[in-house]
Amino acid sequence: MKPSLLASFNRAGAWVLLMFLVLPALIAIPVSLTPKRFLSMPKGEYSLRHFEKLFTSEEWMSSFGQSAIIALSTSLLATILGTLCAIGLWRVSSKYSEVVRAFLLLPLIIPQIISAMAFYRLWIPMGLLDSYLGLILAHTILATPMVLITVSASLANFDPKLEQASRNLGASNWVTVRRVILPSVRPGVLAGALFAFILSWDEIVVTLFISKYSVYTLPRRMWNGIRENTDPTVAAAAVVLIALTIIAFVVYAILSRRNAKVKTSL
Amino acid sequence: MLALRKHISPGWWLVAPFFLLVACLYLGPILNILWLSLSDPEPGLQNYSKLVESDTLARIMWTTIRICVITTGFAVILGYSIAYAMVHAYRREQSFMLTFLLVSFWISILVRTFSWLMLLGRKGPINEGFEAIGLISEPVAFMRNELGVLIGMVHYMIPYAVLPLLVNMQTLDQRVMSASRNLGASASQTFFRIYLPMTTPGIVASALLVFILSLGFYVTPAVLGGGKVLMVAEYISVQLLVTVKWGVAAMLAALMLAGVLAMLWIMSKFMKLSTVFGGASS
Repeated sequence: MKPSLLASFNRAGAWVLLMFLVLPALIAIPVSLTPKRFLSMPKGEYSLRHFEKLFTSEEWMSSFGQSAIIALSTSLLATILGTLCAIGLWRVSSKYSEVVRAFLLLPLIIPQIISAMAFYRLWIPMGLLDSYLGLILAHTILATPMVLITVSASLANFDPKLEQASRNLGASNWVTVRRVILPSVRPGVLAGALFAFILSWDEIVVTLFISKYSVYTLPRRMWNGIRENTDPTVAAAAVVLIALTIIAFVVYAILSRRNAKVKTSL
Repeated sequence: MLALRKHISPGWWLVAPFFLLVACLYLGPILNILWLSLSDPEPGLQNYSKLVESDTLARIMWTTIRICVITTGFAVILGYSIAYAMVHAYRREQSFMLTFLLVSFWISILVRTFSWLMLLGRKGPINEGFEAIGLISEPVAFMRNELGVLIGMVHYMIPYAVLPLLVNMQTLDQRVMSASRNLGASASQTFFRIYLPMTTPGIVASALLVFILSLGFYVTPAVLGGGKVLMVAEYISVQLLVTVKWGVAAMLAALMLAGVLAMLWIMSKFMKLSTVFGGASS
């Protein structure tokens, strides 16, 4: 069937829209190269001074470090909790497990502002405000549902007979989980870990509520820079973040391609 | 005890750690907030009656709902166009399109908001470009008003609108459309009378998802609205962090939560929720 005129028109429109989604972010590149001291478009002259400032600024570097620590810890914790949870729910597979699954996805669905209120409310009496532990715990609760989703998706393709075979051959519960189930849901676990990392690395709303001085993550510092709207160092930081996003995406694409290859070879 | 343990599937032990974490550290304080909406500063419904009494609150609610409805409308229509093109594209083009969609999905919300701040400013490239080609004689205020908030929000929400539509369109039986064409219907008749009705579940799921996400949206309205466009999420943060009034903030949170849960319930009638929220990972 030949595509109709309307369909080809729509196809062109869709590409314009996809450009509209991605291209605006690239404005950060020229702005970061301005030779001036304030946020502006460079006119003919370019300078790398704002990148130099970014990489030599103690404040920005400490924010990069703090965000990395928090996001890595969150990703690790969320991956462990989420994977265990997904395997558990898959094992149970009853109508109760579906209710529990819906309940456990709530942190992902409930608006972030309400989550922020909840953590703020509880962290005050617990003394967790403005601490690494407070941020890591909050981010872990928000990110684990992501891992639950990706691992559950991998488990949906896993043949339960493999588990039965392992048990029949005498493997214990734990050995079955570790040597049979985990290896086959690896792509889901890795994707979940990546998503959890990104969620924490980019989280701002909850962070605004529960951090103040001693923990100052990268999004927090960018937020400040955006609100002040003067220092072009923010633009340099934005360019670095875009570059990191593209690297993360390439990693993800390679992972999912490998996953697809495994699937077709089976 | 032993009898009880026999009935409990061992799988629950794996679920327990995260379940306890969510129940104690997340659900607990949320229930506490719901309770606060009825008890702070004194027991009663006075926080809720402020909705009718206070003009400010009524205006904020109205602004929020209006912006969310417009955002949802634009995001779903534009998302439909992208999803339709993706489903009907050749494999190679499809994967290119998916790459663009996912990259935009992954770019930090702060980077995107910052970009719009640069693009839409009075001396930004959009205003200067329009002036250079003589379209406008003086800079247009794209920011610090609802227009700016809408541009930023629609831009952020389009990828979320596309995913449920994509899931829905991929499951359609293409033979139905071929049958319609073979029986003499034109391309547009086939689209409007066959295709569009068949994608209703996708449209509903996508609209509700975008609406839910828009309701609690904080970053873009706060920056691009520049204090002129006050939505519920920003108002809550001001109430808590500046004036420290838990009662009103808790009441707004309770309403928002009720709205979100109601919409999720409607959404579950149209689509398996896990396919919507798992869409990004497939």
